[in-house]
Amino acid sequence: MDEKSPRVGEPLLVAENLTKHFPVRGGFPIRRTVGAVQAVDGIDLTVRAGESFGLVGESGCGKSTTGRLLTRLLEPSAGRILYRGEDITHAGRRQLAPVRSEIQMIFQDPYASLNPRQTVGRIVSGPMEIHGIEPPGGREARVRELLETVGLNPEHYNRFPHEFSGGQRQRIGVARALALGPKVVVADEPVSALDVSIQAQVVNLLQQLQRELGIAFLFIAHDLAVVRHVSHRVAVMYLGRIVETGSREDIYRRPRHPYTHALLSAVPEAADADGTTRRERIRLTGDVPSPVAPPSGCRFRTRCWKARDRCATEAPALARADGSGEGHLSACHFPEPPTTAARPEA
Amino acid sequence: MTPFLSVRDLYVRFATEDGTVRAVDGLSFTLERGRTLGIVGESGSGKSVTNLAVLGLHDPRTTEIRGEVLLDGQELTGAPESVLEKLRGNKVAMVFQDSLTALSPYYTVGRQIAEPYRKHTGASRREARLRAVEMLRRVGITDPALRVDDYPHQFSGGMRQRAMIAMALVCDPELLIADEPTTALDVTVQAQILDLLKELQQQTGAAIVLVTHDLGVVAGTVDDLLVMYAGRAVEQGPVREVLRAPRHPYTWGLLGSMPRLSSDVGQPLTPIPGTPPSLLAPPPGCPFHPRCAYAASVAEDRCRTERPSLPPGRGAACHLGEERQRSVFAERIRPRLG
Amino acid sequence: MLRFLARRSLGALVIIVLISAITFALFFALPSQPALMSCGKNCTPDAIALINKNLGLDEPVPVQYWHYMAGIFTGRDFTVGHCPAPCFGYSFSNQQPVWGTIVDRFPTTLSITLGGAAVFLVVGVGIGMIAAAFRGTWIDKFFSSLSLVGNALQIYFVGVIALAVLVSGLHWMDNPAYHPITEDPVKWFTGMLIPWLVLSIIFIANYSRMTRSQMIEQLGEDHVRAARAKGLGRRAVFFRYAWRGALAPIVTIFGIDLGSLFGGAIITEFTFSLHGLGRLAVSSVSETDLPTLMAVMLVGCTAIVVANIVVDAAYAVIDPRVRLA
Repeated sequence: MDEKSPRVGEPLLVAENLTKHFPVRGGFPIRRTVGAVQAVDGIDLTVRAGESFGLVGESGCGKSTTGRLLTRLLEPSAGRILYRGEDITHAGRRQLAPVRSEIQMIFQDPYASLNPRQTVGRIVSGPMEIHGIEPPGGREARVRELLETVGLNPEHYNRFPHEFSGGQRQRIGVARALALGPKVVVADEPVSALDVSIQAQVVNLLQQLQRELGIAFLFIAHDLAVVRHVSHRVAVMYLGRIVETGSREDIYRRPRHPYTHALLSAVPEAADADGTTRRERIRLTGDVPSPVAPPSGCRFRTRCWKARDRCATEAPALARADGSGEGHLSACHFPEPPTTAARPEA
Repeated sequence: MTPFLSVRDLYVRFATEDGTVRAVDGLSFTLERGRTLGIVGESGSGKSVTNLAVLGLHDPRTTEIRGEVLLDGQELTGAPESVLEKLRGNKVAMVFQDSLTALSPYYTVGRQIAEPYRKHTGASRREARLRAVEMLRRVGITDPALRVDDYPHQFSGGMRQRAMIAMALVCDPELLIADEPTTALDVTVQAQILDLLKELQQQTGAAIVLVTHDLGVVAGTVDDLLVMYAGRAVEQGPVREVLRAPRHPYTWGLLGSMPRLSSDVGQPLTPIPGTPPSLLAPPPGCPFHPRCAYAASVAEDRCRTERPSLPPGRGAACHLGEERQRSVFAERIRPRLG
Repeated sequence: MLRFLARRSLGALVIIVLISAITFALFFALPSQPALMSCGKNCTPDAIALINKNLGLDEPVPVQYWHYMAGIFTGRDFTVGHCPAPCFGYSFSNQQPVWGTIVDRFPTTLSITLGGAAVFLVVGVGIGMIAAAFRGTWIDKFFSSLSLVGNALQIYFVGVIALAVLVSGLHWMDNPAYHPITEDPVKWFTGMLIPWLVLSIIFIANYSRMTRSQMIEQLGEDHVRAARAKGLGRRAVFFRYAWRGALAPIVTIFGIDLGSLFGGAIITEFTFSLHGLGRLAVSSVSETDLPTLMAVMLVGCTAIVVANIVVDAAYAVIDPRVRLA
């Protein structure tokens, strides 16, 4: 792995046709695989150096599984993962070691992801220990520096996680992720367990780190407004597939996929109360189908008001629709008109 | 005329190993039939405790409750268990946050819906079952006659929440307390459930207390809003006014912390500094003053020494005074919210 | 459910066959000469060879195993005579068909085990529920201390005390003895009472504590609070909701405890000089009575495997979320 830092815009982390099927076992008399939870089913995405890429979708859409696949916490069933051009899809422990130090993860639950029996100092210096890295000035000095970076008091080096509030704990998780100077951070719902006022603190911290350290973020969340706030580019997932991807403006101002459109219209907004903005409302009926037996063709068709016969037989490809800009891809046979203003201009 | 529900000077205290937690510290509000009150606050603000106290569902050995809860003229605090049991599930019903844990996994959905109906109306098993099917139909479950015999785990999250609403409404309650009813749900399903609640309220004329941490959820749903912080109400008023021209610095902080779909992405969020206070030893005076940017500008250190009172109707419990509240919001806060 | 039972029964069969094969192989790895034992004092090499031939011990081990297993289902012919199915061979020590002895002893062990289990489940779970209902009061504390004491007790110790006090001292009860339930249910009951109490005492402590903590956990659950919010009374909520939820983990632990329950039954048999399978197993070990030992092992394993299937099926009945397939 070459040591020089990547150029801004260079593809860092690339997924090609990435797939994860969890086997479902059953049968008689001998148990065998009788089906699969198609958690992630052939997705392509690229996280570029220095950018923040948002992955958004409802529960069970496969966004967290995607994060775990990209950090190789899960083994992909099919497809490829490239890190700076190097295929790491099935890389072994040794080949993965240098990559692991450059791809870090931040988890949702700041309570569960920190070892309660370790001091903050040990938690944050853990990655350096594992990778045998001795920073100039020593590990302790580096940890104190990191604590300061994430807005914690460096004096709290010897404290235990339970002595911190939820927001501070998430900062500890961020400091640990930064310990090895990563190039990509995969943040899986990093703020959804936090209270609103604390959430904003952590969002600001992540944005500041991204700007100042030039780290690329894969920001996985279900909260559309938070994703919009932090991401340069966004992908919307539904039942294991990406249904639409593009720049922040493409997705939030000019959504072409009916699901994206419906999702945006369902977000309740504090601004709705003052009655000055009238938003159109699209109400989806029913729930997300089971990923064990997803609908044929387009997976969204069972809840889509535009669905026709063709949607059941032919899965729409993720491609540029007529009237969409460069890099704005959607997977729909009957895309929304390009002029749709899902949002009033701010 | 007395209001339908009136809570006055409610104090709820828990005895814990570390000391006394002042979970609710002098709360007052009123609610009329057919109206919806939103109670907004972060975790530990006392918003959920209030509800349990209204229904008497707290643990009497460790909880001390003072104050007055009048429902339709009837005093609920200190009322005997037998009286409360007749009210619960009947005149007052509750919808919980997590339908997976709030429904027992061991009984069918239908049985759990029918149970309060039988208890409160003395209906037969057959009648109660028919009623359960009818309720499932009303909350929008397809094939209710079949699904009535399903267990909760056979329902999807959205359907379970509908079933819980059916269970709460089975005796036509006059007051419905919904405690974070959509927090565990996806946005598209959340929108369905909020619509359902509104629709059912129009049919039954029930009063609703909607407890949530999400200002977005209250915006399109409630009539009046109560913002809680550290066990106290810090601001109240009609929801439009509170959200359009909030007066309390804490409400400003909440709004500034929330990214919106229409906000300017170039602007960083403006979080509230620090963390909520410990309820074991809340700060003296205004509980928000350690995190408040304007406390220092109030004369005579009043924010630290004197507890601000909440004016009835529309207003904020804040020493800044109405005039300064308006001007600070207009000059400093409003432009940042976009 | 039927599918589950069918699959589990198949699995159980495989396990039992495996255990029998392993035990069989182990016995032949032992440096013992079975023929020597039935040969008597005036033994000659010719006599040993004859016995080996009579017992089929001169054939290769797998063939012997096959004959043994086949004998269980079809019966077996030895030179000394026909051994009808189910044939587990003849005992080396008393030359009687092993199956007869097993049939004779099994009811005693079954009575001790089932009765003991019934006692500790009813009493243990009952105490736990009472303690949970009166959590924090002196009743709770009393039972908690009692269960600490119970935990420290051993069967042989309690057994001897029980005999000394209840039988010899106060003459409240007769010496424990086994009378078949089919002949005299009252005598069966009174004869088994002391063994049941003694066997159950160590389990009661565990089960009352577990039930108490499960109940307290359940009482704090959302669905219990929701049930109260529906207007159900404390009693209905306690039994209908909390207890129902506490039941599943108790059944799980019970399934795990089945093995030690059999172990406890053996000690109980010894303490009260009851003639059950446990005693038979121990005596057959000391006498190197391989056919008897083999048969006891097979019967014991089968009992545990079957009991486990029953527990799993019960679990599915209790918890509708458990799908058996």
